[in-house]
Amino acid sequence: MASRGESGVTSPPPSSETAGFPDRNGGAASGDELLVVENLQKYFPVTRGIIFQKQVGSVKAVDDVSFTVRSGETLGVVGESGCGKSTMARCLLRLLDPTGGRIVFDGRDITKLDRVRMRPIRREMMMIFQDPYASLNPRKRVGFIVAEALEVHKLGTRAEIKKRVQELLHVVGLNPEHYNRFPHEFSGGQRQRIGVARALAVNPKLIVCDEPVSALDVSVQAQILNLLKDLQKEFGLTYIFIAHDLNVVRHISDRVMVMYLGHAVEIATRAQLYAEPKHPYTGSLLSAVPIPNPQLGRERKSVVLEGDVPSPINPPSACWFHPRCPRFREGHCDVETPELRSLGAGHLAACHYPLEGWPLTEEEMRRNGAGAV
Amino acid sequence: MPLLEVSDLRTHFRTDDGIVKAVDGVSFTVDKGQTLGIVGESGCGKSVTCLTIMGLNPKRSSIISGEALFKGSDLLSMSPRQLREIRGDDIAMIFQDPMTSLNPVHTIGRQLIEAVLLHRDVTKKQARARAVELLKAVGIPRAERRVYDYPHQFSGGMRQRVMIAMALINDPDLLIADEPTTALDVTTQAQILRLMKQLQREFGSAIIMITHDLGVVAETADDVVVMYAAKVVERANVDEIFTRPRMPYTWGLIGSLPRLDADVDRLVQIGGQPPSLLNPPRGCRFHTRCPYVMNVCRTEEPRLLPVPGADGHLQACHLDEETKQREAEKLLASTLAEVG
Repeated sequence: MASRGESGVTSPPPSSETAGFPDRNGGAASGDELLVVENLQKYFPVTRGIIFQKQVGSVKAVDDVSFTVRSGETLGVVGESGCGKSTMARCLLRLLDPTGGRIVFDGRDITKLDRVRMRPIRREMMMIFQDPYASLNPRKRVGFIVAEALEVHKLGTRAEIKKRVQELLHVVGLNPEHYNRFPHEFSGGQRQRIGVARALAVNPKLIVCDEPVSALDVSVQAQILNLLKDLQKEFGLTYIFIAHDLNVVRHISDRVMVMYLGHAVEIATRAQLYAEPKHPYTGSLLSAVPIPNPQLGRERKSVVLEGDVPSPINPPSACWFHPRCPRFREGHCDVETPELRSLGAGHLAACHYPLEGWPLTEEEMRRNGAGAV
Repeated sequence: MPLLEVSDLRTHFRTDDGIVKAVDGVSFTVDKGQTLGIVGESGCGKSVTCLTIMGLNPKRSSIISGEALFKGSDLLSMSPRQLREIRGDDIAMIFQDPMTSLNPVHTIGRQLIEAVLLHRDVTKKQARARAVELLKAVGIPRAERRVYDYPHQFSGGMRQRVMIAMALINDPDLLIADEPTTALDVTTQAQILRLMKQLQREFGSAIIMITHDLGVVAETADDVVVMYAAKVVERANVDEIFTRPRMPYTWGLIGSLPRLDADVDRLVQIGGQPPSLLNPPRGCRFHTRCPYVMNVCRTEEPRLLPVPGADGHLQACHLDEETKQREAEKLLASTLAEVG
């Protein structure tokens, strides 16, 4: 397969901090936003009883999340399993109906649009799924899978569609002659390429990637990440990139949002977030990532969080992170909910006692910030 | 004498399509109290190697040869009865998926006690006390109560802790951990890795850590074996592997990682797919994906040879030392750049 993305081990070009969007302030409006999300909520009812289902509570999968995505950038979303990142993605595409809040896509409020009015907009926003084995219909040929969206939106004659599909297969680094094959004939990485081709088919503006590389081996993961980056440059795509792997998110994102228990706890540019995280949760996530460098690993002081993520059915009061937080302060963190507030230059964090430097020693991590309540 | 000495291990499976050589001539040693990391992509034979050592492969379809000397006696030629005595006592295993490796219909206490009663001459009460002690050691709160709970009442991280407790309950000399943290979140992974290190110091067990995550290897292992297509392609201590890697596949693995400690615009990618083990390529198995491929690589299989001037560093590659030195330095210069 002699095509792009398959060119063998190549050494990377000198690293360059592509700063595409110099002034990215987290929530404020300023013109070129492709997607504006305000106070997005998604609650799932918890019911009891079989026939007369009585609602006894709700799982607040996504609670009061606001952010913007600018045209051409990549917003990374990180968080542990169950933090609501996938639910949020599905709400953005209206695959789930949000309980509350507003989603403005390309200047149009799409929160309440019905199916028919939503349909033309679906062309503009596509999704790449996590599991390349489950997200392709095993009974359909690759050509059909990639062409389906084109056919639904009636974009061209049969011959045109076929030509377009073959082009797409080439673009994602597959052989256009694979048009008539079935998904089982492909490896995991190749299947994910098919998923990418499908998402690209209708020339979307926004692609939501939900853990697109977590099921792949490292070498194949690198192929897909490079492919996504190349496509972004070529077609000016905007990505929302959801992953639990902080290394991957750091590699691909311009800005990063950290989620915990359905809330956005920190939003910042990549450089800010990884160089000086403000929220203690971000700090502990960063220090939990194993570094593939034994020397650095030994020198590093890591902050290991105790316990598990609490249940979203019965979340902790006030600050959702307070039961596990090394900076927890009684009488404040468990009483007053921290707002997502600006800590300068578009760096937002929801914490009463943000970290003052990085990396912190374990002791500094525990110490409370300014001390003032 | 090393605790475990595996030499020229081969595991072949008979399938309808032919013979799959899942492990093809693998040798390594593990010393007492040491951690050996085995890295490689899925399907490279790292799990099968360990299952073979434990005698857990299907008897009918597998053809096994070679030697695995554990404290001087060959595990591969033992009777099932002898093996049963060793498994869970001298050698224990932690599996990848904590969701499926516990029996859902028994309390975890019962599952832990079973392991003790099988190998030790103790009463049920003593066994239960031992189970509680271990659950405490792995950091499960209210262990006295929780022994009566069922697996579904535990979270993923907690279940993995139970698995570790079960593996350590008879003070094994060797613990084989097959991707013990792959199914877990980073914060839980950090907890489990820290716990394993701490328990290793306490109990003095040797660990074989099977993983595809070079980060996990860097944090836990003393020695590293890199496997590719059923063979060992490089072996060295952990600092050597990360500072002087000598095999293009290892370079690819290191370069393809997006990482927190370096800023790269494009990742190094290893093109193509791992080869089929039904019909592996002739010569060096990596030659189909190797950017440095030479004619000799296509015909002649490189042997695992010591690297001159580096104690205990073995590698299998035809490239000359000078090129390797140069390329490795180039790679490291690009990945070890200062944090941006």
